[in-house]
Amino acid sequence: MEVSVGEIYRISGPLVVAERLKARMYDLCKVGEENLMGEVVGLAGDKVLIQVYEDTSGVRPGEKVVNTGLPLSVDLGPGLIGNIYDGVQRPLPSLKEISGDFISRGIEAPGIDKKKKWEFQPLIKKGDEVKAGQIIGKVQETEVVEHRILVPPNVKGGKVKEVYSGSFTVDETIAVLEDGTELRMAHKWPVRIPRPYIEKLPPVVPLLTGQRILDTFFPIAKGGTAAIPGPFGSGKTVTQHQLAKWSDARIVVYIGCGERGNEMTEVLEEFPELIDPRTGKPLMLRTVLVANTSNMPVAARDASVYTGITIAEYFRDMGYDVALQADSTSRWAEAMRELSGRLEEMPGEEGYPAYLASRLAEFYERAGRVKTLSGEIGSVSVVGAVSPPGGDFSEPVTQNTLRIVKAFWGLDAKLAGRRHFPAINWLISYSLYTGTLGEWYEKNVAPEWNELRTWAMSVLQEEATLQEIVMLVGSDALPESQRVLLLVARIIRDFYLSQYAYHEIDSYCDIRKQYDMLKAIKTVNDWFYKALEAGKTYEEIEKVEGFDEFMRSKLEADYKTAMTKAMEKMKKSLGV
Amino acid sequence: MEEYKTITQVAGPLIFVEKTKPVAYGELVNVVLPDGSVRKGQVLDTSKNIVVVQMFEGTRGIDKSCSVRFTGDIVKLNCSKDLLGRILSGSGEPIDGGPAIIPEERIPIVGAAINPYARKYPREFIQTGISAIDGMNTLVRGQKLPIFSGSGLPHNDIALQIARQAKVRGQAEEFAVVFAAMGITYEEAYQFMKEFERTGALERAVVFLNLAKDPAIERIITPRMALTAAEYLAYTYDYHVLVILTDMTNYCEALREISAAREEVPGRRGYPGYMYTDLATIYERAGRIRGRKGTITQFPILTMPADDITHPIPDLTGYITEGQIVLSRELHAKGIYPPINVLPSLSRLMKEGIGAGMTRDDHKQWNDQMYAAYAEGVDLRGLVAIVGEEALSERDRLFLKFADEFERRFVNQGKYEDRDIETTLDLGWELLSMLPERELTKIERKYIEKYHPAYKKKTQGA
Ligand SMILES: Nc1ncnc2c1ncn2[C@@H]1O[C@H](COP(=O)(O)OP(=O)(O)OP(=O)(O)O)[C@@H](O)[C@H]1O
Ligand SMILES: [Mg+2]
Repeated sequence: MEVSVGEIYRISGPLVVAERLKARMYDLCKVGEENLMGEVVGLAGDKVLIQVYEDTSGVRPGEKVVNTGLPLSVDLGPGLIGNIYDGVQRPLPSLKEISGDFISRGIEAPGIDKKKKWEFQPLIKKGDEVKAGQIIGKVQETEVVEHRILVPPNVKGGKVKEVYSGSFTVDETIAVLEDGTELRMAHKWPVRIPRPYIEKLPPVVPLLTGQRILDTFFPIAKGGTAAIPGPFGSGKTVTQHQLAKWSDARIVVYIGCGERGNEMTEVLEEFPELIDPRTGKPLMLRTVLVANTSNMPVAARDASVYTGITIAEYFRDMGYDVALQADSTSRWAEAMRELSGRLEEMPGEEGYPAYLASRLAEFYERAGRVKTLSGEIGSVSVVGAVSPPGGDFSEPVTQNTLRIVKAFWGLDAKLAGRRHFPAINWLISYSLYTGTLGEWYEKNVAPEWNELRTWAMSVLQEEATLQEIVMLVGSDALPESQRVLLLVARIIRDFYLSQYAYHEIDSYCDIRKQYDMLKAIKTVNDWFYKALEAGKTYEEIEKVEGFDEFMRSKLEADYKTAMTKAMEKMKKSLGV
Repeated sequence: MEEYKTITQVAGPLIFVEKTKPVAYGELVNVVLPDGSVRKGQVLDTSKNIVVVQMFEGTRGIDKSCSVRFTGDIVKLNCSKDLLGRILSGSGEPIDGGPAIIPEERIPIVGAAINPYARKYPREFIQTGISAIDGMNTLVRGQKLPIFSGSGLPHNDIALQIARQAKVRGQAEEFAVVFAAMGITYEEAYQFMKEFERTGALERAVVFLNLAKDPAIERIITPRMALTAAEYLAYTYDYHVLVILTDMTNYCEALREISAAREEVPGRRGYPGYMYTDLATIYERAGRIRGRKGTITQFPILTMPADDITHPIPDLTGYITEGQIVLSRELHAKGIYPPINVLPSLSRLMKEGIGAGMTRDDHKQWNDQMYAAYAEGVDLRGLVAIVGEEALSERDRLFLKFADEFERRFVNQGKYEDRDIETTLDLGWELLSMLPERELTKIERKYIEKYHPAYKKKTQGA
């Protein structure tokens, strides 16, 4: 479709109505004299409704609108890693260069550096037959990321007529097909269209996060989906940052959607310094950031989510495991609500548009472990934060999200208030992956893993029941064996579940250490009951020597020695 | 400037004007009343047929014969270093009888968003001299930390105490204060002004006053005026600026009034669905920028309707700000000042601002332990109410006592008592020493040996 020009009829915040414009849904437009970026979101009679991604102050009716005829797309190719983008993939460093410390309007900046040369190594040769989505070469993008160059999924493929190797910019031709098609290292992809793959595969490998409560009790699979709802200040962002830091994914895409500027700054300052325990290299070398903070234009929030997931799918297509965090999907939903209100659509629940549920579902459906067009196995795991008003989980965004995702990590203001972190309530959270992942844990961690895990959870559940009784009669009134159970539950909570994100050592806990700790707790538990049977009183057990050292042992670099030492003390003091 | 006499409708704070030349979205509008007086407004919606204008000073007296002038300009503040020491109305006009502000620059009050890539993470500890803040929820320069209060609670005293005592240790520079009052009473405003005068703070303060008697819609622009002044002082003249915005609840009421007049689909409790975004454009104007010396630290104050922290105003604020200081009516009734309930309070930025070289090496773990112990004590109170103190174990009784002492001795302090951070931390250690040492599982041995009174005495004795 060719470029069409019309003019502005009306402006109401981020919504601009144009007339005399030829347009299809989701065409990308340049609005007004300043060429603000916008997207067609509605057609009504002779009018075209456009959501504008930049502030519209100062724009007047009568100014021109240009329809590019193209959908909103992202640039995919070497140069994505380590970058930070706004919601429509403009690199924030470029924006700073052009307009200074504050973001001004109407700036265009390509998503990836068009001047930089990359060393392209072809994996195909003249005469080869290539097909859509196939890996045809590679570029060492960062020390840890080998960027695999793909035939764009929307290119038919064919016989290779010419292929070059050497140093190229992303727009230079690296191969030519018999039919004349020129292949480059970069291609564009429309963000609202999921990238194709051959088939979805079952989620049988966990995405290890180094967070005990998640990996042990509520795991997410590679290619899986999880939601983390919670009131303000309960730990959504910290948990998402933890996932971005410590997940055993090859690529991390972090979307800051309508949240704080400083939280993105934190990532930018911290990630280049933090070392990935698996590669020994800075975390930034595998990370892509999308930042559309709360004070940035609201329409671009909607775009940021799609921009992020499209980038994630692109790396998946190279055969990588990608972890995507979106903080917060509620802000995206609110952006939908605001635009829907301005479009005067019939509101659904709490003013959200009726299509809220389907948009959320479409987004999470783009997660998955797949066989890619090139025959590799890749995955996109998606974790969305949800910010329910008043912390009430019965609201539409939380509810519609829970209908789709398979793991639910429910945050609790009360736990956060007493600084039990992560403040994930273990009584309400769940993961539907525990069943399918059980085998993996048994094979790769320990045969007794599932048993230990079930035992620990049952102690916590029993504790909750007993607490209700304690609240009525006091803990003194309980039989000694039940008081021991409460003590063990306290150990599970304070020693195992509680994990400070900011502690140098405890921030990340690999699955081996998780097993060691869990096993140690079970051992101590058995000693307690043995001592009780042997005639020790509860008070004596509670005051067992070495207890505080045991509780602190997880914080030591050499936790094993510290834990063993403390346990020896306990054993001796209990006389078992 | 073109004039129109084509007002077709007046609804609440809005006027609708027809048959105009193309008017810009956000344009500043002057409406001339029959008596010659001029009211200001701003374009909210513009099209080829009709323009909707929100009138900052209300629509009383406006009728269809008034003439409407579109200025071709957006709302701006006259910025100058001479703003310091001045008192302005909620829409930026001097009301202290002094001369007009001669602008060095006229700046749009809708600030552009700071590029997150240009920000610098805040990490410089501000000592407020208040233990419940410095020790438990430390403030840093460039943070936005609101006070969640209730009607009748002493939030103003706390804000004033902070403005008076706040300092970054080892630095002589004082904060410049930008104070924006929105819909507060004359009496409250007077308390602030008198205190600013008494301490000499007025010289390095800019005051914007929209009082309860002043037009409600003006409150929409007051905080933006104040932040524009703050940004000018911080980024042009390198000031560290402390911005006090009170009372944000009144701001939100004004927002709701406009939304209702526009017949928008209401969100929770009638507040507009875009209130989160709107508030974010205010609160996110705090921070630090790489390569610039000045900073903006925000202290918004809001009263929670019916003390309900889940009410949309505190709720949406908490979702944007970097923590919150929550006041408690219960502590206030117990005679504790400042009645800060530390459990729901939070400072998200403290982690980078505390520790060796900033506050003290033990601070982080001390903080975890203080929280855990107080939370446990508070939980036990619930139990005591049912089963009586006798049913408690010895351990429990100690935690209960800890919670009481924590409130009575640690949180409670004088309005003019300026505790340095060491005093605050040592006081905490004194309280922690009431508990058996084996319960201090969140603190490493080396800190216990360094700061626990039991060991401190020994080392001093030796
Ligand atoms: N795992 C953790 N370890 C240590 N501290 C934590 C942890 N999780 C949360 N916190 C503490 O809780 C505070 C709030 O967490 P966070 O910013 O993640 O909340 P949030 O749920 O994202 O809130 P909002 O919805 O307002 O963005 C953090 O600043 C930190 O002090
Ligand atoms: Mg958050």
